[in-house]
Amino acid sequence: MGRRGDNPDGEFLSDLHDAAEELPSAERRSFLRKGLASAGSVLLGGAAAGLTGPAEAAQGGSDAKYLPPNVPPWTRRLGAQVVSRPYGKPSKYESGVIRRNVPWLTVDRETSVSFTPLQDLHGTITPNGLVFERYHAGRPTIDPSKHRLMIHGLVKRPLLLTMDELMRFPSVSVIHFLECPANGGMEWRGAQLNSVQFTHGMVSCCEWTGVRLSTLLDEVGLKTDAAWLLAEGADGAAMARSIPLHKGLDDCIVVYGQNGEALRPEQGFPVRLIVPGWEGNVNVKWLRRIKVGDKPWFTREETSKYTDLMPSGLAREFTWVMGTKSVITSPCPEKPLKNGKGLYEISGLAWTGRGKIKRVDVSLDGGVNWRTAQLQEPVRDKALTRFRIEWRWDGGPALLQSRAVDDSGDVQPTLQQLRAVRGTSSIYHNTSIQTWQVKPDGSVYDVQLGYKG
Amino acid sequence: MSKVTRSGKFAAATAVALALAAVGSAWAATPSTNADASNGSKAQASAGASASTVVSLPRHPRPGYFGYGAKATAKEIAGWDIDIRPDGKGLPPGHGTVQQGGNLYQKHCASCHGTFGEGEGRYPKLAGGQGTLTDQRPEKTVGSYWPYATTLWSYVHKAMPFYAPESLTNDQTYAIVAYVLNLSNIVPNSFVANAKTIPAVKMPNRDGFYRPDPRPDTHNTMCMHHCRTHVKVTSSAQGKNLTPRTTGKLDESLAH
Repeated sequence: MGRRGDNPDGEFLSDLHDAAEELPSAERRSFLRKGLASAGSVLLGGAAAGLTGPAEAAQGGSDAKYLPPNVPPWTRRLGAQVVSRPYGKPSKYESGVIRRNVPWLTVDRETSVSFTPLQDLHGTITPNGLVFERYHAGRPTIDPSKHRLMIHGLVKRPLLLTMDELMRFPSVSVIHFLECPANGGMEWRGAQLNSVQFTHGMVSCCEWTGVRLSTLLDEVGLKTDAAWLLAEGADGAAMARSIPLHKGLDDCIVVYGQNGEALRPEQGFPVRLIVPGWEGNVNVKWLRRIKVGDKPWFTREETSKYTDLMPSGLAREFTWVMGTKSVITSPCPEKPLKNGKGLYEISGLAWTGRGKIKRVDVSLDGGVNWRTAQLQEPVRDKALTRFRIEWRWDGGPALLQSRAVDDSGDVQPTLQQLRAVRGTSSIYHNTSIQTWQVKPDGSVYDVQLGYKG
Repeated sequence: MSKVTRSGKFAAATAVALALAAVGSAWAATPSTNADASNGSKAQASAGASASTVVSLPRHPRPGYFGYGAKATAKEIAGWDIDIRPDGKGLPPGHGTVQQGGNLYQKHCASCHGTFGEGEGRYPKLAGGQGTLTDQRPEKTVGSYWPYATTLWSYVHKAMPFYAPESLTNDQTYAIVAYVLNLSNIVPNSFVANAKTIPAVKMPNRDGFYRPDPRPDTHNTMCMHHCRTHVKVTSSAQGKNLTPRTTGKLDESLAH
């Protein structure tokens, strides 16, 4: 096919309009004029050369003109200008990779959750626009110049900080996962959601930048009977949690940066608390107040919610640490085996709130036999860890599982083991081994297993 | 540097500061005994250095070392200091009766929580459910589950009504709390809620919670071969029609 013979398809015009939409109106008009003129000339050229039409379609369908030996149209024209997208966004072909919610799960969308599309993510860092959301009274819109962080209570120097003042303190950057303890909570009684996004998507992992809480507590000076902290948000729920002082002094961070930019509003702009390895809601967003006290407060979110009801009728309280957990993200219900039998890479994520992932084993037969997967280095403390293992699929049925072990020796449990201790009404901290059922047609389903042994 | 060295002898409850000590920094580092919450500022010296440290910062335990920001005044603190403890610490002056609460409840609460706390649609039930905590489907309400009446006061005051949080006066909050407690027969019709009576209320599930967290409470092993038999699928999400679509636009079709 001649170099002048390509017929620019509708895609070019659609790209042109996409790019134009992001320009100021005067520039948009000029941009469109130029673009259409150039498209027109190529169109005419193509028609004159008489090289488009049925003959091309016969060569292998509509994709053939993009594929070798042909040269695709995007290689043969100018692309969009710099700052046509002043704030970048993913390719339009990735538009389905979004946070999603389960409409039947919550009564409204202000006190609700959305899930990260784990099936479409690579590596271990969650892009800011895809970090799962959990709101208790909707997402507030906060003007950072009018936001204050108050630190008071059993301190020698009660302090009121502007964002500028907070950002003057020495800063640190750390990579940590964040997980809602209700992640997997819909699966206690049975397999319900045929999707890794919905069974496991309330976990994300970011680089967080901010000031160590210990720096701020040193600055205000703790009184001798200080033992607990209250972290409180500026949202409509004034979401608040009690945190033991030793955790606050150990590794908590008051953060304003997320993956290299300002914290997203969904994650607490302008400032939130990061409590590494502890359940998501303790990492209070839109942080406005830290109070130092000598006893816990027993707020609504640490009594009526985020307590774990056991079969005895008694409930565990202050179950902060996120347990050892893993899940295979490919294949999964959203990523079936599309290419028939042959070689595949099984890949997934593992994490633990106690430290580092030490090992991940993978089973193809529902936990009868296991092989040890490779871990992506570096394995970070309290961060998502990517594991991978090769699998030559014979085209038969399979039951895929992953089992993580952390550096404290804790082995991710089966759902049976969890239910034996905790029953099915504890909602939170379902860290069970996930089973994906692979059928001979390559489709993948969320299932739960019974077994002996 | 002299400031840093002077403060160093008190320094560094965080384990991460050990990294500096390990490379011969002038900053003395002492790890905290992280078992005791009150011990953060009285950490014991240790020569041990952690190999797993990533980020290090010196501690400056002298209050005001940086001097950034303003002193929070008593007046500023008073406006934001809304937390309430089970012993009643934080409860403001004021009072409210069950009857006053009933009227306010009908106006501000009943549209979601139901006239008698039964919950409209899927909004939270406030009453009922006592004796159900060991059932297959436990009902966790203020009456059946909440351990402290002070928590109810705090939550109503700061977060309710849902559409207008922190809009109720202290008296209104006391009254509504009195009414909600009365819905579960926890207090009599004659109850007057105030800063003394609310902490004294013994909630039905007051002793229903325990700590410390006993996890890890499962003890799986790293068995590698022939680990189990009789493996069968007991539950599948296939065909349940509960899963929203995970491609294309947001799927709104599976509302409750």
